[in-house]
Amino acid sequence: MRPAWSIIFFTSISGLGFGLAAWVVLGFIDLVQPQQIFGVGSLVMLLIGAGLLSSTLHLGHPERAWRALSQWRSSWLSREGVLAVLAMLALAGWGWHLFAIGTPPLWANIAAALLMAVTVYATSMIYASLKTVARWHHPLTPICYLMFAAAGGLLAVLWLQAILGQGQSDAFELAVLLALASAWGVKLVWWQIAGANGSGSTLASATGLAGLGEVRSIMPPHTSENYLQHEMGFVIARKHASRLRLIALGLGGGLPCLLVILYGGSAMGIGLALLVHMAGVFVERWLFFAEAKHTVSIYYGHQH
Amino acid sequence: MTSLPEPSAIKLGLVIDLDICVGCQACVVNCKEWNTSGYGAPLSDSDAYGAQPNGAWLNRVHAFEAGTGADAKVVHFPKSCLHCEDAPCVTVCPTGASFKRSEDGIVLVNEDWCIGCGLCAWSCPYGAREMDPAEGVMKKCTLCVDRIYNENLPSEDQVPACVRTCPTNARHYGDLGDPNSEVSLLVAARGGVDLMPEQNTKPVNKYLPPRPRRAANDTPMSLLAMADEATPSGFWKWVDSTLEKLG
Repeated sequence: MRPAWSIIFFTSISGLGFGLAAWVVLGFIDLVQPQQIFGVGSLVMLLIGAGLLSSTLHLGHPERAWRALSQWRSSWLSREGVLAVLAMLALAGWGWHLFAIGTPPLWANIAAALLMAVTVYATSMIYASLKTVARWHHPLTPICYLMFAAAGGLLAVLWLQAILGQGQSDAFELAVLLALASAWGVKLVWWQIAGANGSGSTLASATGLAGLGEVRSIMPPHTSENYLQHEMGFVIARKHASRLRLIALGLGGGLPCLLVILYGGSAMGIGLALLVHMAGVFVERWLFFAEAKHTVSIYYGHQH
Repeated sequence: MTSLPEPSAIKLGLVIDLDICVGCQACVVNCKEWNTSGYGAPLSDSDAYGAQPNGAWLNRVHAFEAGTGADAKVVHFPKSCLHCEDAPCVTVCPTGASFKRSEDGIVLVNEDWCIGCGLCAWSCPYGAREMDPAEGVMKKCTLCVDRIYNENLPSEDQVPACVRTCPTNARHYGDLGDPNSEVSLLVAARGGVDLMPEQNTKPVNKYLPPRPRRAANDTPMSLLAMADEATPSGFWKWVDSTLEKLG
């Protein structure tokens, strides 16, 4: 599948935003002064909003994007849109309550955090619900998205705690390391097993010619690349897949963990850890698309 | 609403005979010709006469080879929307632009609502949908909905453009929901199949596999063998014997 930059940016950045938001509403950062509420709130909204805005960039008609909120009964993309809007409204309400009245009640905090998680789940289901892309159509796909949002969010919390000069416990630092390690652990498993058996479709089943013996493609229906091949026949990454996976793992997991262990107390050190982590997540997300094969490539003679 | 309607009694669709198709591409061209000026935005092309021509087409003809050795067979394979009963392209649509008609099962795109996200094309296992490069909306086979119900056309033209133009009669159009329709009887007689049945899309369109090749001892003797072994009769017998006398 073609790795569109707008979609890679959207899933990574809004994932980080929702992850951070969930930990914030659960009280992992002490927000006392108005400028703290406003500052952290703006950062969260900026991350989520930038991601969502970016997701509309690849549309043929971005001005009609509001229509995407209508089909939540059947479409995961629509559900994601509706939940993202609800999540942003809930965050605005939560921030206002904190500012004007005081800490919101526990049930509201938990409900808001759950809303963030469900939104990230909906993002992942846009891809995981597609039977045509065997690698995505796997129960671990949503787990990966949720774990990366949670781990990135925790790392961002650690960074904000350092900036705000709030005491950081070793236990929390350890939790960040564990979250990063387990997110990449699940990703490693996903790389091994998701879609390993293909889509179940073959050129024989795709053409109904099984009765004649082995089927081979001898001539494509057009002389130059068409929309289907451009969109769903991306092959560049597969050549470098193992190298890119190592880069993703190193940048997204190894290096941030090392930085947190070495410079745990410094805002600069953790900020750098967060930056390289996101760079690693970008590579991971790029591979998520670039490595995935679509059943239509069978008609063009690719093994599936 | 992009939830699927209850399965309709009438299921309009195509039956494509892979035994007959010669891969002439006439259906491809006539489809483009009709649909570029019919339902919705024109089917645009870019660099049409250049090195990298590109454009939206609703019907494409692949060519495959099946079997090995002397039994290998070239199969021309037209592919367009199969108007699936369980169409994944309809349910993934976030706007309601992609829909399946409850009255006859035709899958269409309301181009005024389409945001051009491309998710429906991703969800289609067959690659039946293509984004229009100029208009930014999704294009797909409409089963020539603007022909088949068009009473201003002569009755023989009230069929999809691809069916009307096929010079070998490899394409058939009709109601596959009616077990006694001509197309249903054809499917039953020839063992018509679904493409990628394992994807559970329940396609309406059916494909008729090529008829089995005649057995080897059934094939005509080679011309060389005839020349050597056959005993001529009548006029040719006289020519034969006269030529032999000449030495």
